[in-house]
Amino acid sequence: MQRIILDAKNLITLVSATLIILGFYGRFGMDNMFVFDLSLIIATVIGIAPIAIQAYQAIKVKVISIDVLVTIAVIGALLIQNYEESAIVTFLFLFGSYLEQRTLKRTRSAIKELTEMAPESALKQNAAGEFEEVDVDDVDEGDVLLVKTGAKIPVDGTVLTGEGHINEASITGESVPVSKMNGSEVFAGTILENGTIQIEADRVGEDTTFGQIIELVEEAQDSKSEAERFIDRFSKYYTPAVLVLGFIVWLFTSNVELAITVLVLGCPGALVIGVPVSNVAGIGNGARNGVLLKGSEVINDFSNVDTILFDKTGTLTIGNPEVAEKEFYGEDMDEVLGYLASVERESDHPLAKAVLQDIGPTNFSVVDETEVVKGGGIIAKVEGRRVAVGNVALMEKENVELNERVRKDLERFEKNGNSLVLTAVDGVLQVLMGIRDQIRPGVKEDLQNLKKLGVKNLVVLSGDNQGTVDAVAGELGLTEAYGHMLPEDKSAHLEKLQSEGQIVAFVGDGVNDSPSLALADIGIAMGTGTDVAIETSDVILVNSDFSRLTHALGLTKSTARNMKQNIIIAVGVVLVLLTALLFSDWMNMTIGMLVHELSILAVIFNAMRLMIYRRRGKNANAAETF
Amino acid sequence: MQKATIQLETLSCPSCLQKIDNAVKGVDGVEKDSVKVMFNASKVKVNFDGEATTIENIENVIEKLGYPVIKSKVKAA
Repeated sequence: MQRIILDAKNLITLVSATLIILGFYGRFGMDNMFVFDLSLIIATVIGIAPIAIQAYQAIKVKVISIDVLVTIAVIGALLIQNYEESAIVTFLFLFGSYLEQRTLKRTRSAIKELTEMAPESALKQNAAGEFEEVDVDDVDEGDVLLVKTGAKIPVDGTVLTGEGHINEASITGESVPVSKMNGSEVFAGTILENGTIQIEADRVGEDTTFGQIIELVEEAQDSKSEAERFIDRFSKYYTPAVLVLGFIVWLFTSNVELAITVLVLGCPGALVIGVPVSNVAGIGNGARNGVLLKGSEVINDFSNVDTILFDKTGTLTIGNPEVAEKEFYGEDMDEVLGYLASVERESDHPLAKAVLQDIGPTNFSVVDETEVVKGGGIIAKVEGRRVAVGNVALMEKENVELNERVRKDLERFEKNGNSLVLTAVDGVLQVLMGIRDQIRPGVKEDLQNLKKLGVKNLVVLSGDNQGTVDAVAGELGLTEAYGHMLPEDKSAHLEKLQSEGQIVAFVGDGVNDSPSLALADIGIAMGTGTDVAIETSDVILVNSDFSRLTHALGLTKSTARNMKQNIIIAVGVVLVLLTALLFSDWMNMTIGMLVHELSILAVIFNAMRLMIYRRRGKNANAAETF
Repeated sequence: MQKATIQLETLSCPSCLQKIDNAVKGVDGVEKDSVKVMFNASKVKVNFDGEATTIENIENVIEKLGYPVIKSKVKAA
């Protein structure tokens, strides 16, 4: 019975509305007070049923909920034969919670979409060697699974046989399909776009990367900040206090009308829902835009950040050194580049890779007598000629003449933050190459936008030499740059800033920077959701997309502001209602309930604006208008 | 000790939380500090002593309040 009534809540709301309209038609259309009273009494009784059931359930577990206040108020109104108010208040309360439910669904939709991407079933190999469909919960580590074209990979695993292309957008944000074959790692929640593969399950359920991302986002949307916990404690005592207040008013004035009005006006609707609804909309927006935020405390902290520290390699730069500048001094360049490529081909030094990539296809020659000079480079014999590849020290050791023009080039290359690779053939300098890690495209604009959003200091900390770090800092317009930093130096620097009272964020790649990520007020990992990053950081920029950082900061600022607006709306409405009750004669239960429900919808709609928050172009001011 | 995650139908009123919270805490064998009702996720997380109570019992208490349980997962903790 109870279940039936609760399930029929929407129908009850509709019937109650119809009866109210009928009643008013009876009164003003047919001038019939009997029809009016009867319709409204019936509307009240069926309308209050679901509310009263929930009130009873609440009292049974010792909670004074809003339902309790409303039920008592409506019964009071019935007793003093104010059927008009009892019916309308009941209807407004029901209709309000219907709208609340509908609109809340919208604010949660982004996160729902994410969790719905979780795989539900898998084709598991049974003892007979055949594949049968099972619930993904029934898959254990070590099971062999079959995945067909178009299906979701059910678990994290390794490909045993077959090959295909997988769209890993749900994990990395990158929608270009990745080729997978025997031995490749595959991730739960990604989609096999073509081919058929068999995989062995390595991690299942919540242990998969995707499972962890969902877990993180789900926990985040319900995590509570200090302010929210305060509101929770407050409302725990607030609602009973309203009940007591209503009772006192009745005791002293014997005015039932006034007492029940107090009960309705005191309902704490918008206050309790205001902050969680902003939180879920903000975190949902992030999840949709490649920014995973770990909860409302993170939102508050990040929105107030003073200083952002950046790791250099892999964060500000791509992490893949390339030849940025070169100068030729000799005549036959094709021949020299052929020699250079042949020598570098033997080496696995990162600079050698950059050189080879730059030269591209060429005529390789046979290399004999390779000698590696520690801290200098390589000396080799190619087609009988002596080829030296390395730094300035190696050239000096080889007595290669570096004339005025070369010296100037060296100086310029170094100032630009290059590592230098010189090539001499038979003691004559032929080529100078400047190799540096490329700065991520768009980083400069992103950093400027961060400044516009109010970040005071942008600092780079790097293990590289000071010259390289200074060059990067100069090019990007960073406020400070520190080189020669080991991971422990970075965390020491961070602690020093914190002890000066600054709120510090650290942006790193999540693996070697985990101490700093954990220590920072806001640890921001650039990554593809590796285990370490998920655990130690507060914000994760999916797919290492640096531009997401400005989105993240703008979003947390908007979300924090949105929460404050909602608190102001909620508190303001209660204050206005109570003042109106004390100092005016137009306030009654119906208006109180109407305003109360409207304020709930107001905070939900306000929060919904966060769902469409987007930084427009490169213009930081667009975010400010929000 | 067992660790349960109970998925409920969408919760829409924050005051439901307190009700569910109190009701689940009232079940014998439930570790009181572990009860966590998640409003936006519409989930209840709870640790309980498998010898003193069962997951069905906890589900029942929540359903009786008027919040239908969709599914629940229990793991040894």
